[in-house]
Amino acid sequence: MTSTLIWIAVFLIAVGLYLSWTAGRLDRLHARIDAARAALDAQLLRRASVAQELATSGVLDPAASIVLYEAAHAARQAEEDHREVAESELSQALRAVFGEAGQMEAVRAAPGGPDAAEELAQAVRRVPMARRFHNDAVRAARALRRHRTVRWFRLAGHAPFPLAFEMDDEPPVALADRPTT
Amino acid sequence: MKIGIVCPYSWDVPGGVQFHIRDLAEHLIALGHQVSVLAPADDETPLPPYVVSAGRAVPVPYNGSVARLNFGFLSAARVRRWLHDGTFDVIHIHEPASPSLGLLSCWAAQGPIVATFHTSNPRSRAMIAAYPILQPALEKISARIAVSEYARRTLVEHLGGDAVVIPNGVDVDFFARAEPKAEWQGGTIGFIGRIDEPRKGLPVLMKALPRILAERPGTRLLVAGRGDEEEAVESLPAEMREQVVFLGMVSDEDKARLLRSVDVYVAPNTGGESFGIILVEAMSAGAPVLASDLDAFAQVLDQGGAGELFANEDANALADSAVRLLGDAGRREELRERGSKHVRRFDWSTVGADILSVYETVTTGAAAVATDERSGLRARFGLARD
Repeated sequence: MTSTLIWIAVFLIAVGLYLSWTAGRLDRLHARIDAARAALDAQLLRRASVAQELATSGVLDPAASIVLYEAAHAARQAEEDHREVAESELSQALRAVFGEAGQMEAVRAAPGGPDAAEELAQAVRRVPMARRFHNDAVRAARALRRHRTVRWFRLAGHAPFPLAFEMDDEPPVALADRPTT
Repeated sequence: MKIGIVCPYSWDVPGGVQFHIRDLAEHLIALGHQVSVLAPADDETPLPPYVVSAGRAVPVPYNGSVARLNFGFLSAARVRRWLHDGTFDVIHIHEPASPSLGLLSCWAAQGPIVATFHTSNPRSRAMIAAYPILQPALEKISARIAVSEYARRTLVEHLGGDAVVIPNGVDVDFFARAEPKAEWQGGTIGFIGRIDEPRKGLPVLMKALPRILAERPGTRLLVAGRGDEEEAVESLPAEMREQVVFLGMVSDEDKARLLRSVDVYVAPNTGGESFGIILVEAMSAGAPVLASDLDAFAQVLDQGGAGELFANEDANALADSAVRLLGDAGRREELRERGSKHVRRFDWSTVGADILSVYETVTTGAAAVATDERSGLRARFGLARD
């Protein structure tokens, strides 16, 4: 009788430890998503700022300036549920404006241009990176949250179901290829 | 930035991953970052100042060959101490899925972790069995890097998730500036790699050699690498054997000079390559490259734009292409030029900047690396140190 009780106690403790460990895992994944999301936000914001700076700098022709300004402004002001669309439109605008190498040369030739060009090149390369890391974290968290144990014992608590950030982040060709100097 | 790099393989044994880590660490230090590398090494081996030994690696049979790995309490304790003392902003683990230091550090650390996957092994049964053990460790990794599109594809298939592709780096100028050696010039074909490892493809080249010599007598094959030289030329007719020159193991300088001197560099590897650093080195030195059409090689050679490809394991195709290249100085010049231009994207200045971008992306909005106390039982009852 006593030994049965002891075995039941041991079993319950083992289950408890496993659940606590899994909850810890999940918690860590949520923290990772938060950090990745913050990083993605920072990169997107940086990209929009550089684009806006270039649009207002007077280096580009007026039509290109307006297109770029419009898209960058919309991306920065976008509500959370329009964010993916607005950022994709900024990618398209960047591709349209900096589609040819000549435009980048013009930017580099302007005073302070090399820095701006470098910053833009870095921004358009880091956005896809940050997005990939974010979506990778989201995928891992979703995989764990679909697990029976997590669902039955509600280990995820009230944390919202993580969503991937889907957007068109293809960089302009002139900027995608790394410097050849 | 304070960066900790984890090397899974013995520092005393030369290998691609070790060289990559050494060059990366030195590149980052030159840029003014603080770098510490944790690597298995015998306690007596002299180590560069930035390397911390994690103890001796134990040879164990793993994945079809004998691998030298680190595990057990002692190694785990050293990993924890290194993490604790290092107070890194980010740690960069190489080969996190191999049962060695990579996996141990993944278990023991929390915070921004970057991981590079070098190999692209076909899915093994051991991997499937180990999946539930690996997964909790691998899901701590904030950013994954694959060394080629091919490596990324296998990674996605085996473990899910995604990775950014950053190729291995090469010091392009070191090879571009090397002095050609006169005795290695004039109708020469180069091969660098283990002689006795069939995967490296020397047997395919040996099979093609009689036809190459028949069409272009006087051609010499220069072979640099360890292995049994007698056995390698066994398949050749006796009079052709002296056209093959064995150089044995060569130093980095001689390797660069060899690549600068040869008319064609041949990479007949038959499989198991996830990147092909030697092709990048050959292109850096301006050698026209002829390689088997493995996925990884095709990608490094820009799908044939920066070097010629032949059907894998097809000695006849190899002989045809080699004869054509040896007889066409114009085409060789064209390949030299295209290769030198293409190879700039593999230079450390570009690759290092990309890796730093990854570090900066994952450290934005995250705390520094620390030992993970949550995985310890004591921590769960609030008994952990600090």
